[in-house]
Amino acid sequence: MGNTLILLVGQGIQMFLVILVAPAVTGIVRRVKARFMRRRGSPIAQPYRDLLKLLRKEAVVAGNASWLFRAAPYAILAFTWVAAALVPTFASGLMFNWAADAVALVALLGAARAILALAGMDVGTSFGGIGASREMMIATLAEPAMLLVLLTMALTAHTTRLPEIADYFIGAPITVRVSLALALAALTMVALAENARIPVDNPATHLELTMVHEAMVLEYSGRHLAVIELAAQLKLVLYISLIASLFLPFGMAPATAGVVAWIAGAATYLAKLVFAAVLLGVWEVSIAKMRIFRVSEFLGGAFVFAFLAILLAFLTGEVTR
Amino acid sequence: MNYAYNVSHLLAGLMLVASFALLYQDRIFAVLNTFAAQAMLLAMSVGWEGWSQGRPNLYITAAIALILKGIVIPVALHRMIVRLGIHRDVEQVLNVGKTLLIGLALTALSLLLVLKVTAAAQNFTREGLALALAIILLGLLMMITRRNAVTQIVGFMSLENGLILAATGARGMPLVVEVSVAFSVLIALFVFAVFVFRIRERFDSVDIDALEQVRGDRK
Amino acid sequence: MSPEMATPLLAAIIGAIAIYGLAALLAGAIGGRALALVYPTAIAGAALAAGGDLAALVGQSDAMLQLPMGLPATGLHLRLDGLSAFFGLIVNVGVLAAAIYGLGLDREHGLNPRVEPFFALFAAAMNLVLIAADAFSFLFSWELMSLASWALVVARHDDADNRHAGHVYLVMAAMGTTALLFVFGGLAGIAGNYSFAAMREAHPSVTVVALVLTGTIVGAGSKAGLVPLHAWLPLAHPAAPSHVSALMSGVMTKVAIYGMIRIVFDLLGAPSWWWSLPFLLLGAASAVMGLLYAVLDRDLKRMLAYSTVENVGIISVGLGLALAFKSSGLDAAAAVATSAALLHSLNHSWFKSLLFLGAGAVLHGTGRRDFDGLGGLIHRLPVTAALWLVGVMSIAALPPFNGFVSEWLLFQAVLAGPQFPYPILRFLSPAVGAMLALAAALAAACFVRAYGTVFLGRPRSPAAAVAREANRPQLAAMGLLAVLCLFGGLFSVFTIALIQPLLVQYAGMPMASAGAGPTFFSLVAISAARSTYDAPIIALFLIVSGTVTTMAVHRLAARRTRRSAAWDCGFPDASPATQYTASSFAQPLRRVYGTAMFGSSERVDMPEPGDLRPARLDVRFVDYVWQGLHAAPAGMVLSLSEWLNRLQFLSIRRYLMLMFSALIVLLLIAAVWF
Repeated sequence: MGNTLILLVGQGIQMFLVILVAPAVTGIVRRVKARFMRRRGSPIAQPYRDLLKLLRKEAVVAGNASWLFRAAPYAILAFTWVAAALVPTFASGLMFNWAADAVALVALLGAARAILALAGMDVGTSFGGIGASREMMIATLAEPAMLLVLLTMALTAHTTRLPEIADYFIGAPITVRVSLALALAALTMVALAENARIPVDNPATHLELTMVHEAMVLEYSGRHLAVIELAAQLKLVLYISLIASLFLPFGMAPATAGVVAWIAGAATYLAKLVFAAVLLGVWEVSIAKMRIFRVSEFLGGAFVFAFLAILLAFLTGEVTR
Repeated sequence: MNYAYNVSHLLAGLMLVASFALLYQDRIFAVLNTFAAQAMLLAMSVGWEGWSQGRPNLYITAAIALILKGIVIPVALHRMIVRLGIHRDVEQVLNVGKTLLIGLALTALSLLLVLKVTAAAQNFTREGLALALAIILLGLLMMITRRNAVTQIVGFMSLENGLILAATGARGMPLVVEVSVAFSVLIALFVFAVFVFRIRERFDSVDIDALEQVRGDRK
Repeated sequence: MSPEMATPLLAAIIGAIAIYGLAALLAGAIGGRALALVYPTAIAGAALAAGGDLAALVGQSDAMLQLPMGLPATGLHLRLDGLSAFFGLIVNVGVLAAAIYGLGLDREHGLNPRVEPFFALFAAAMNLVLIAADAFSFLFSWELMSLASWALVVARHDDADNRHAGHVYLVMAAMGTTALLFVFGGLAGIAGNYSFAAMREAHPSVTVVALVLTGTIVGAGSKAGLVPLHAWLPLAHPAAPSHVSALMSGVMTKVAIYGMIRIVFDLLGAPSWWWSLPFLLLGAASAVMGLLYAVLDRDLKRMLAYSTVENVGIISVGLGLALAFKSSGLDAAAAVATSAALLHSLNHSWFKSLLFLGAGAVLHGTGRRDFDGLGGLIHRLPVTAALWLVGVMSIAALPPFNGFVSEWLLFQAVLAGPQFPYPILRFLSPAVGAMLALAAALAAACFVRAYGTVFLGRPRSPAAAVAREANRPQLAAMGLLAVLCLFGGLFSVFTIALIQPLLVQYAGMPMASAGAGPTFFSLVAISAARSTYDAPIIALFLIVSGTVTTMAVHRLAARRTRRSAAWDCGFPDASPATQYTASSFAQPLRRVYGTAMFGSSERVDMPEPGDLRPARLDVRFVDYVWQGLHAAPAGMVLSLSEWLNRLQFLSIRRYLMLMFSALIVLLLIAAVWF
């Protein structure tokens, strides 16, 4: 029974950890980008201040917006938050990690996306429609690649539960596997697309015909916008955690290892987040955004990588059988 | 799971990835760079096999691959492109998505086939053969999906990379054959080059569909 | 367990069929006032039959009855076993909802002597198919089902489109029944005993099996709507009145699935691995094609019918995987695949009926069903909008609703694919999985588009601006189905528990029972260490985190809200015509997938400067399936000779391609042969 309590506490810590660090990760990415462009850039804490500022402002809602428009931000945040709480971060095997496996995780994010797209269409403006339509198109390209990545992982680790996959890779001997490298590449490409990062979408843009995510949230303001922004930042943390737990699980503490191990695990986790944020910043300044219809080729590449990963994993399995 | 196997798997797998990158690229210089990278991977792979199997004659093959295909041919093609003034986008017959999907299906087919046919053979050989066959088929696919003569040459060379990979894995090819294969590839390059320049002189384009105009029997 | 014990349940089903039949007879013969009796009577019959089916499932009963009618020497065999009872439950819950909805029709729109009698007859025929236990009665009731539904399709025969739909449907149905005739001929063999019990004992040769499989795909597959035999479905389903569309799309396709399972899993004996191939390939193709059709369509009801093609494809993939796992001896995975197929049949019957009934409410409220004339209905039809949202979330396979449960199970089955001992299946399973993932994402896109254009935004026509909400019985019918969708999503352990005996029978092994996972409600695939999904926990988490956020934001943040004109980047547009339409929503998808699948092409006709005529954008599609299967056979011979003639005049590249293709074909032959 004591164990259950520890696991529950750990789960609670994770829920609040991910949401607390989320704005900082975005802040780091922006800061790194600014430095590379020879600008001073805003402080890393700026996203927190932005959120607080938005919360203090009144919400302006379009005259014909329905209840769906006003409820959507909270639903989006709830779906994203639950998904983020279930990805292993600083410790594996916390209380509710088993509630959703990798497939369910993808579906939770899909639900958040569908609600966001619906909210974008609610007011009936052309920008909202443009964003929703493109977002759903990008999702159709990303999801098959995502599933194939999961298949590769399940093929290697014989489970679809994320903590078990992480444990498997912590325990497995280090080998050079092209298939895993390809799966990592594919998952990273999917993550870039899903988080509206360059080259698929530009998070810094506003008022541009090529925008996707920003177009959907154009009508939001005040507290609604704050909640949606927080959900987007949380999603970035979620994908980084997902990639880290699948491909760089080292340093993750077992769930019942005690407070010291948890702190060590949390420190490694935060280090991974910072590393990933810096990497993302460097990536974003060094590459240009694609035309929207080049995205299908970009994500088609992710699909090919993921499929090759499976084929090579089959080959290895067959040859070393 | 030994070390030698891991490295040769890595190199051969990366060659396959390079083949896909060739199919995906539609800028002509990027195609050349990818091809050079593939040739270098080939050289490393062959060199590794020579070291791990203790067959020094494979070093010569590796050296030929590195110098000829990793450096000489890409540089020559690069110059040719600059002289022809065709450093623009490659036109493709099929779109990229379909080409890649076909490529995946071909890869699956070759893995399936080789694993089935060579069930009795030694394991490393089987894997090398399977990947080599995939690279060969992808090279062929590249040749038929591109319209530009230069990229067709690259497709042919990449196909030949696959052949060499297969030969290294199979432990069969004597040195003389290898040298003569390398030589004939060089000859092929010259023939292609002359051919491309002639097309260019006649038609102001290296789009091979331009050749169709010469034939009178087409409606 | 013994037949005697269970006979009352079979009698209940037969009684319900008699009630349906009586209602049909009375309404048909008397008409007028008697028409109003049909729906109350059907509700009684459906409740009786659904209760009987549920009791038979829970009690695992198996009742048989032989009557001296029908074919000489065979007689009339009726049987209510687990499979019949499960699909009977699907049918009768669907009929129940449609009949409750029908009460509302009675109240407002009056009744149609061409609809009500056949509605009851249709319900009776579907029940009869499920309990038939010999070839003659099966085919008879199958044909009765086809004809009753055909009559409903042409109920509004004054519309030329409906007449065309009826014509195509009749031809396809006749072809399907003919194919099934061959199937049962093959199964009965030379001995010619047409009872199912005798067929089970026979051991058909490989040729006969191939014949039976082909016949089943053509016969039952065309009724279910598998690509490429789906052409009638998007024509016929929307042509019928909406509550009948719900029955045809949500329920009758399941009767066809029942036919497939009965023939392939039950009568044909122990499977070989290659039996799975047609189900996997056609299923995956249906899943993707059905949705691509749906996402490009501009008619609400036709879009729903196309989406049925997708869902039938998903079920078919489930069946194919079940056959493949079963033949490989992987019973645990076979149980997952079978339960995915069965649960998706159940779930789809609920949410597709819900969506069709909602489309009916939209149609009654506005008089329109084209996306370009709708919009903003969330303000005019608030309850329908909320219930339809449940249907949308379910069909788009989003947690915590029921569509996701069956999708999750199916993906788990796909993820077990690498265990196949047969290399072809092993290589095929990721491809099928990718197609399913594509279909799932397309389904989300398709239904976001539908919901966004119908219920959200601003009204695109005057009719949509003054639409009326559906009446009480109609809302009650939709509400019932919405509750079922949520229930099936949260408490799937109960639906799994219902089908456990079927899994033992057809997959060789049950699913992990309730309580095998971390909590009682955890869904477990293959083993608890491998994959778990716990919908109630997820739902609890969602509620908690949603409430916490809402409360925190409302406590801490400014609570002022101001209503104002839409911002729209500073260019608020007065006309609703400037909204994104359904076609513009689908345009990126059309660009990405349409050129390959439908040869879609755009042509912009831009007038010269100074010319005052409007610019036009023409989009053309080619429906390859329709052309290939329905239009082409006539011109095929001619074009073939033309084509062969062209071989004489090819380019170098084309000759190279010919040689390359020949090489690939040879390699393929080698791959299959050795």
